[in-house]
Amino acid sequence: MGLPARPLRRRAAIFSYCAEPELLEGARWLACYLTTGKHMAFYASFGTVLLLLAITAPVALAFGFLGAMSARSHIFPINWLGRTYIAIVRGVPDIAFFLFFVIALDQGFEWLRHQALCPGWDQPIRQGNDFVVCDAAKLPLGTAPQWVHETYGFLLAVLTFAIVFGAFAANVLFGAMRAVPRAQIETAEAYGMSRRQSFWRILVPQMWVYALPGLSNLWMVLIKATPLLFLLGVEDIVYWARELGGTKTPRFTDYPHGDWRMWYFLALLVFYLGFTKVSEVVLGRVMQRLTFGQATAGGEAQRKAAA
Amino acid sequence: MKLFLTGTAVLALTASLAMAASHSGTVRLGTEGAYPPFNFLNDAGEVDGFEREVGDELCARAELTCEWVTNEWDSIIPNLVSGNYDAIIAGMSITDEREEVIDFTQNYTQPDPSSYLGMAGTEIDPAGAVIAAQAGTIQAAHIAEIGATLLEFANPEETIGAVRDGEADAVLADKSFLTPYAEESAELDFVAEDILLGGGIGMGFRESDAELRAKFDAAIQSMKEDGSLNALIEKWDVGETF
Repeated sequence: MGLPARPLRRRAAIFSYCAEPELLEGARWLACYLTTGKHMAFYASFGTVLLLLAITAPVALAFGFLGAMSARSHIFPINWLGRTYIAIVRGVPDIAFFLFFVIALDQGFEWLRHQALCPGWDQPIRQGNDFVVCDAAKLPLGTAPQWVHETYGFLLAVLTFAIVFGAFAANVLFGAMRAVPRAQIETAEAYGMSRRQSFWRILVPQMWVYALPGLSNLWMVLIKATPLLFLLGVEDIVYWARELGGTKTPRFTDYPHGDWRMWYFLALLVFYLGFTKVSEVVLGRVMQRLTFGQATAGGEAQRKAAA
Repeated sequence: MKLFLTGTAVLALTASLAMAASHSGTVRLGTEGAYPPFNFLNDAGEVDGFEREVGDELCARAELTCEWVTNEWDSIIPNLVSGNYDAIIAGMSITDEREEVIDFTQNYTQPDPSSYLGMAGTEIDPAGAVIAAQAGTIQAAHIAEIGATLLEFANPEETIGAVRDGEADAVLADKSFLTPYAEESAELDFVAEDILLGGGIGMGFRESDAELRAKFDAAIQSMKEDGSLNALIEKWDVGETF
């Protein structure tokens, strides 16, 4: 039993002494272990997660703003659309949303492209379990390089996160808009502002201070929701931590070790806690800025402190 | 917004360029990447193992450009069916249940015995024990059939963990997957008779993709005939040769 010595593919390593991993010990072993290609992919996945958050947060906020606006609308279909969006997305479990909605969305795009690009197609699109569109309608194209597939998956993930978190943000913003004292709007009307003017000039600038606690909650939940990415085929930090931490036997790696998942998850814990701390500090500052000059208890306190 | 539009344009452009460049087509091979020696990620983070070598050789013989993609075992069939990749090559045994949803090539390994791995020095009666298995595998189906208590886990690593923690009495999986654990860990050993399950491992294709399946089927046949498949089976120690 046992494998004949397999010619191990050695790659240009960062440290020259990594060429003979079997002979290494202590700190050098660790240095080589932590700079394998696999670990580099793990470090890069932190970037993926941060990039996802950086793109998703503003897009979700935009979805939320549109949702809240339409839920306030006096035009029936728009109002109905906004309220349905908020109610349905908030009601469906995230995991179901991520599993089914994304596949449906992907197939919806492909179906549209199929209708546009392959008019001469005579076979049914649904063949038993298979979803078959012509090659030109595939998204991304079957011939596209792997990074296009990955980018496409990433964009689908951003869109799905934005739709889900947008619905929650819409509800927060909807509440915040109603929390702005009625007297402010009445005063605006008394000055002769139109509905549109009082919305953009009076309501929107004042609502953020009411929305921020709810939005900051959402942000915290979003930070921790990123492992759902793996359901979409995007390899995130939790996937890599599990993969790297799992037991490695000497037959399949130069760096065998036992079950180290605990240490990898500990590193993730530190990352998440650190990220939460930074978020709290930043959100605290934003809150201070937004409170400035507002007709709220916080704004009053700032005024008194300055006086 | 502008940036987003530019990004989309760039994507569309590269996609059409890629199509123009290689019209012969790239075949995307989906695997799990967590089931040594069949498929696993090596230190460089690339797919490696018996199936990597078999798959690359098959693609060369069928004159196809292939690309490796990893996907979680749980959703490996749904993602094939919805077209995220074109073939499954992930240590998947040919069974009747799976045949209803996808089509298999001929088997490229012999039906591999499945073994019970438990704590060394114990012996169990499988029917009355708590057995761990990966969800959606023939082994999990077998445990449910014989009426033992089944603990299902999403990935192979966790099934071994369950035995180490004492949560399960044994894990049932392909013998070639469990052998390295039994050999290299003093506390783990085989604890019951091996059993034969399934019809060997084959590549899975969409039912509508008969043409591609035929190409790979022919390539497997030619590898069987010239003995190169047997050489790989021996090299990676994945059961009997043909």
